[in-house]
Amino acid sequence: MKYVDEYRDPALARSLAAEIASLVTPGEVVRVMEVCGGHTHAIYRHGLEELLPPEVELVHGPGCPVCVIPMGRVDDAIAIAETEGVTLATFGDMLRVPGGSGSLLQAQARGADVRMVYSPLDALELARREPDRHVCFFAIGFETTAPATAITLLRARAQELSNFSVFCNHVLIEPPLRAILETPGLRVDAFIGPGHVSSVIGSDAYRFIPEEYGRPVVVSAFEPIDLLQSIAMLLRQRIDGRCEVENQYTRVVRPEGNPRALAAIAETMEPREDFEWRGLGVLPASALRLREPFAAFDAERLFALPGARIEDPKACRCGEVLTGQIKPWECGVFGTACTPERPLGTCMVSSEGACAAYFSYGRLRRPREEAGVGA
Amino acid sequence: MPEPRTRRVLVRDKRITLTHGAGGKATRDLVEALFLDAFGNDALAPLGDSAVVSLPPGRVAVTTDSYVVRPLAFPGGDIGELAVNGTVNDLAVAGARPLWLTAGFVLEEGLPIDELRAIVTSMASAAGHVGVAVAAGDTKVVERGKADGLYVTTAGVGVLEHDVVLGPERVHPGDRVVLSGTLADHGVAVLIARGDLRLEGDIQSDTAPVHELAAALLGLGEGLRWMRDPTRGGLATALNELAAQSGLAVRLREDALPIEPAVAAACEILGIDPLYVANEGKLVAVVAPDVAAEALARLRAHPLGAEAVEIGAVEPEPEGMVLLDTALGGSRIVDLLVGDPLPRIC
Repeated sequence: MKYVDEYRDPALARSLAAEIASLVTPGEVVRVMEVCGGHTHAIYRHGLEELLPPEVELVHGPGCPVCVIPMGRVDDAIAIAETEGVTLATFGDMLRVPGGSGSLLQAQARGADVRMVYSPLDALELARREPDRHVCFFAIGFETTAPATAITLLRARAQELSNFSVFCNHVLIEPPLRAILETPGLRVDAFIGPGHVSSVIGSDAYRFIPEEYGRPVVVSAFEPIDLLQSIAMLLRQRIDGRCEVENQYTRVVRPEGNPRALAAIAETMEPREDFEWRGLGVLPASALRLREPFAAFDAERLFALPGARIEDPKACRCGEVLTGQIKPWECGVFGTACTPERPLGTCMVSSEGACAAYFSYGRLRRPREEAGVGA
Repeated sequence: MPEPRTRRVLVRDKRITLTHGAGGKATRDLVEALFLDAFGNDALAPLGDSAVVSLPPGRVAVTTDSYVVRPLAFPGGDIGELAVNGTVNDLAVAGARPLWLTAGFVLEEGLPIDELRAIVTSMASAAGHVGVAVAAGDTKVVERGKADGLYVTTAGVGVLEHDVVLGPERVHPGDRVVLSGTLADHGVAVLIARGDLRLEGDIQSDTAPVHELAAALLGLGEGLRWMRDPTRGGLATALNELAAQSGLAVRLREDALPIEPAVAAACEILGIDPLYVANEGKLVAVVAPDVAAEALARLRAHPLGAEAVEIGAVEPEPEGMVLLDTALGGSRIVDLLVGDPLPRIC
C-alpha cells in the first residue's frame, strides 16, 4: 500500500532499533511520554515496545480525546439525546463511554435517537434531511477535530439551519501538558508530540516544554518508522546536550500550523474559564465553548443540562495513569473490575486509551517490563 | 407424489403488500410464482407442512443462521446468495456434505417484487451450484418500517460421510493454521456499499460456498483437526474461540496474512483491523504439521483456494490467547473484540 508500506519497512525498523540501542546508556532509563492516543494505539498494534531496549520506557499520555471527557458531560449528552424530537449525533468512540447513569449506547437502547457519524458535516446533513427533528452534534476532541466543528458551524449559519446545534466539548492540548509537567515527582524525561493536533496548532506551540520545563519534544507521525525515528531524535538531543522542539512529521506539520483552521476555530469558539478533565481535575482555560454569535447553535444554551460533576470511581486511578505516575496494571481494578467490556475508567474505553490498549494488545509484556531495569 | 403442477402462476403486483402474508390466495400465488418456480424440487413441491426426506447413512449436521445485511445487494453478491452460502459453509466446516436447506422470509411491506425475485433467483442459483435442495420455506410480511426490506433465515441439514472427528479438543501444540484466501473482503465491500462513508473502491464480497475446500481437506483424514468459516467477528474471533476452547495459544504471522491492497487501504482509512472483519467465502483450518504442505496443495488446487497460505501455528501457551508477530518484529495480543469495530476518530 503506497504511502503506508514505506513507513512500516521491517529492515528500516531493525536499523532504527539498533540505532536507538546505541543511543542509550546501559542501565539509565529514559521515560518518553507519547501524548497522543493515536501513537499509543500504533505502538501496541505494531508491538513497537519489543523493538526498544529496556532503557527506553514509554509512558502513555492523556491524548485520547474520548478518555478525558468527564462523566458529567456524558450525562449531559444523554439528557440531550433523551429530549423529545432530538437526535444526538457523535463519533462511534463516544457511544460506549460510561457516564454517571450509563452510556449513550444504553440510552439508545432505551429509545433515545443516537446516531454515529464520521464527521460533524454528516450531522449537519442529517439536520438538513430531517427538518422535523433537532440534530445536536456531540463534539469532542482536541484542536485536531475542532476545525471540522468550526467549519460545520459556519456552514450551519450560512444555511440558516434552525434545527442544528453543537454540544461543544473541544479541549486544548497545552493545559493538560502543563498539568503533567507540574505534577510533583514527574516521571517523564522527554515527549513525543502529537501529530494531528500539531498539523493544526504547529510545532512551535510546544516550545514552552523545553523552554519552561527543560524537556525535549519531537512532533511525530503515526507509523512505526516515524515513532522509532522520533525516539532516536529525542535520544540524540540528550546526547548532544540539546533541549528543543523538533519536527519529525515534516510531511504534514509546519512550525506555524494551519492558519485557516486556526482562524475557523477562533471565529466560532473561545476558551472557557475552566473545564473538568477525567483524571486530571479542573484545568483553567483548557477547553472551548461557542462564541456569542453562534449562541443559536449552542446546545449548552438551548437545553437544560444537568451539568453535574461526578466523581471518578474511587478505585479508578485513570489520573495517575494519564500523568504517567503508574502503569495501567498498577491500578487495583485493571483487568478485574475494569475491562474493555465493562470499563470503570475512560482509559479503558477507547482503543487509544492507555489501559485498553495495554489490556487488548500488550498485557503479556508485563513480566518483561516488571523485570526491566529500575530507576 | 401428487401430479406435477402445470398451471403457470403470475404475480401481477409490483410490490409486497400485507395481503401477501395473509395466508390466502395472494400468499399462495407468491409462493408458487416466485419460490416454487425458483427452488422447484421433489421435497418442496408438495408444499406440505413438512418436507419429508430420506437421510443417507452417517452422522447428521444441523445448523441455522439469519441474514439481515444492508444493503440487500452489494458488489459480489446479495442477501440471497449469502443466505445459501453462509449456511452451506456452516455445514461444510463441520465436515458435513450439505443436503437440504429451509428458508424463512420476513418481507417488508412495499418491497419491490422484482427485487425479491432477483434475490430468490440468486438463492436458487447458489443452491443449485452447491447441489443442495431448498426443501421447505415460509413467508411472513410485516408493516412498512418494521424490517429492512427483507430478512432471511436459512437452516441446513448435512451428512458426515466419514469418521473424522473435528474439534478444538483434537488440536495440539505444533499444529499449523491454514487459511484459504484473502481476509476482510465481505465486510469491507458491504461497508462501502452502504455509501455513508463516501469511500469508493472496487472491492467485491467474497461470498462463496467452501464445501469443496472442506471436502478436499477432509481427505487428509486424522491430520485435519478443526475447521471454521471466519464470518462475523473475522479470523480473530474464530481463532480466539479455538484458543479458549482448546486451552492452547495460536500465534499468527502478520506478514503471512493475505489482504487485498484495496481492502487493506480501506481498513487503514477507517481505522478497522481486517482481522475482525467478516469473510463469507473463506475457510480456516488447523492441520497436523506433517500434512500442512498437503493441506495447502489441496486448497490451492481449487479456484477458491488459489491463494491459500499457512498463517501461523498452535502453541502450548499462553493458554487461551491469540498472538500476532508483527511484520516489524514485535508482537501483540489479538483479543476478542468488544463492541462493533467502530472507526477511531483521530
